Amino acid sequence: MNAPSTTLASPTRNPTDWKGAAMQKRIAARYAAERRFRLLGMGAVLLSAGFLAFLLFTMIGNGARGFTRTEIALQIDFQTAPILIDPATVNAQSLAGANLQAITAQAADKALGAGGDALISPNAWLTVRDAILDNPKVLSQKITLSLPASTGIDLAAKGDASETDEAAYARLQQSGVVSTGFNSAFLSASDATDPTQVGIWGAFKGSLLTMLVTLLLSFPIGVATALYLEEYAPKAWWTDIIEVSINNLAAVPSIIFGLLGLAIFLNLLDFPRSAALVGGMTLALMTMPVIVIAGRNAIKAVPPSIRDAALGVGASPVQVVFHHVLPLALPGILTGTIIGMARALGETAPLLMIGMRAFIATPPGGITDPATVLPVQIFLWSDEVSKGFIEKTSAAIIVLLAFLLAMNGLAIYLRNKFEKRW
Amino acid sequence: MKQIVRLAVSAFALSATLSACQDKAGGESAGRDQIRAVGSSTVYPFATAVAEQFVNANPGMKSPIIESTGTGGGMKLFCAGVGSQFPDIENASRRMKKSEFEMCEKNGVKEIVEIQIGVDGLAFAESKKGPGLKLTPETVYKALAANPFGKGPNTAQTWKDVDPALPAIAISVFGPPSTSGTRDSLAELILEKGCQSDPAMKALKDSNEDQYKAACTKVREDGKYVDSGENDNLIVQKLGANPNAVGVFGYSFLEENLNSLNDIPLNGVDATYDNVASGKYPGARPLYIYVKKAHIQAIPGLKAYLDTFAASWNPGGLLAKRGMVAATDAVRSAAAETVKSLPVLNGADLK
Repeated sequence: MNAPSTTLASPTRNPTDWKGAAMQKRIAARYAAERRFRLLGMGAVLLSAGFLAFLLFTMIGNGARGFTRTEIALQIDFQTAPILIDPATVNAQSLAGANLQAITAQAADKALGAGGDALISPNAWLTVRDAILDNPKVLSQKITLSLPASTGIDLAAKGDASETDEAAYARLQQSGVVSTGFNSAFLSASDATDPTQVGIWGAFKGSLLTMLVTLLLSFPIGVATALYLEEYAPKAWWTDIIEVSINNLAAVPSIIFGLLGLAIFLNLLDFPRSAALVGGMTLALMTMPVIVIAGRNAIKAVPPSIRDAALGVGASPVQVVFHHVLPLALPGILTGTIIGMARALGETAPLLMIGMRAFIATPPGGITDPATVLPVQIFLWSDEVSKGFIEKTSAAIIVLLAFLLAMNGLAIYLRNKFEKRW
Repeated sequence: MKQIVRLAVSAFALSATLSACQDKAGGESAGRDQIRAVGSSTVYPFATAVAEQFVNANPGMKSPIIESTGTGGGMKLFCAGVGSQFPDIENASRRMKKSEFEMCEKNGVKEIVEIQIGVDGLAFAESKKGPGLKLTPETVYKALAANPFGKGPNTAQTWKDVDPALPAIAISVFGPPSTSGTRDSLAELILEKGCQSDPAMKALKDSNEDQYKAACTKVREDGKYVDSGENDNLIVQKLGANPNAVGVFGYSFLEENLNSLNDIPLNGVDATYDNVASGKYPGARPLYIYVKKAHIQAIPGLKAYLDTFAASWNPGGLLAKRGMVAATDAVRSAAAETVKSLPVLNGADLK
């Protein structure tokens, strides 16, 4: 059969010579291409993993120090201090006028030598005030309190400061009054002007409230839109226009949504400025198209046989959608929601327009209170001149990453819970 | 399936609650119990420091909200109207313009109180052993710009290259890094002024802001200008070892080191305290806050906040510690009087 035929008019075709030099070369080339592609893919993965590792290492390297704080144990003798308050009537108001700042400074000078005042944080007296509020009896006693050290001493304790601060720190260490430990205030306090006093809780709570508003608005609206467009809407020119618009919206730069929020929510509807409510609504506008697109794809992927079978046993169209299509599409919809929410959590630009780039020292009590969010807080701190803010910025980034990780983890858990195979 | 229905129902219920909250928010905005300030990023660190002091001294008061929007952006918000949805205070790193005052008036913001809180000052200095340079914003710009007047890279090597009247000493300037607020002051107060000596650059500002910024505020990176980091002590050491170098830093720092440094006059004006505080020295500009008189009664704590400002702006006070230059005695006592009696700003005084 393979014998060359001379009788046929058609051109002859030799059998493939797999052992021939030309063919061997071609096969080798194909294998080489395969290997190259695999290496290229692996290289891409390694490169991105390298970037991620670099980011994580620098962040954790810088940021871990942001979670610690240096404290100086200071003895304050209230019996001899010039303070005249009846322990029975102590409250925040009466202590504000009690000149605690001067008393703390004097105690520092006395205990740590001249210039000791400069070694403790300028706001250290707040710790003294809280101690008195906690237990008014200390006013007739001699107590020892751990007060936050100044930024210079704090940096010296972490090995990154000027010579004078290093020397002062060495002296403090000799007298054994200085200690560095976990800074729980960083997780429970809010913005401040002194890096030893700042905390992330205000911004964290702001982010939490903003994300809640975003989720509550964009998820139901996004899913309902996807369901309608996929299951009910007729194929007509206007549904095409809606589809194109939604795809467009998903790609619009976020700052545009900020301008929209400013014009509509703030200027037209007079909603409160800087509030988590308006931030959430603005971010919901941005997140919704992502949910709609992911939702439509997930709904499309549900096999038609399932719809037909449900209709066949007598289910109404609404029953088909809510009993069968939506539960099967939910994992895909949740994936889209995660992507959208993760983007919203990291968003800064639109929130600058609606006034969330602000110094807010009180954590928001509700969605209408002035608030800021984690990325904006990071942005604000990175702009501060004081050196102590560098590590606080990195620490805030770690908190943001942890928040993101927790959110994604929850979403993956939900997705696996709802996932069904057929 | 039931789960999903329950989820959907609770979501809708929550959105309903949410809209109820929105209605409440509309009602609530009639009265606000915390101070809101907007405006300049230069004033921002001072305003936040005062805000913190205010809360510490008045426990129970909510912390003021300070937004950093820039002076111009802040003016737009400030002048949008009177009422609790509009800010009470505008932080400004320059005086209000006449056009802004008119915008305010048009929107019903008729009674504005102007308070000068201090001076933002930048000083040029050299070692006591230095050559005694005399500079102008124009020579500084020509010596330091990366791309003077947008005409290609800077080739000037000595001060004589930029101004024949100056000695042939190599240009060497130690100054603030680009992350510093002092660097912004250098760009705004000196470089831009020098740049605008060319009318073409002034025209460029209106036509292409980005190009203008690049040509006028970008500093050369070939070693003639050296970032000193955040450590101002280092500049003093460097100037001592290097008598021909010029240092740039906040005025308060020059004041502390007058025993080892000489100031360099700009436009023939010495960087003395009086000249900086009065704004005669080109590296200085006054900082203001503007307050709506109509809000003083309506917003709790606003008067006390202004009093805290007045208590913080003295030499050696809270704001001076943060790098602000205290204004002259006369300006401070006038400002303190303003805080007390709250006279209304007259639009005819503005430019």
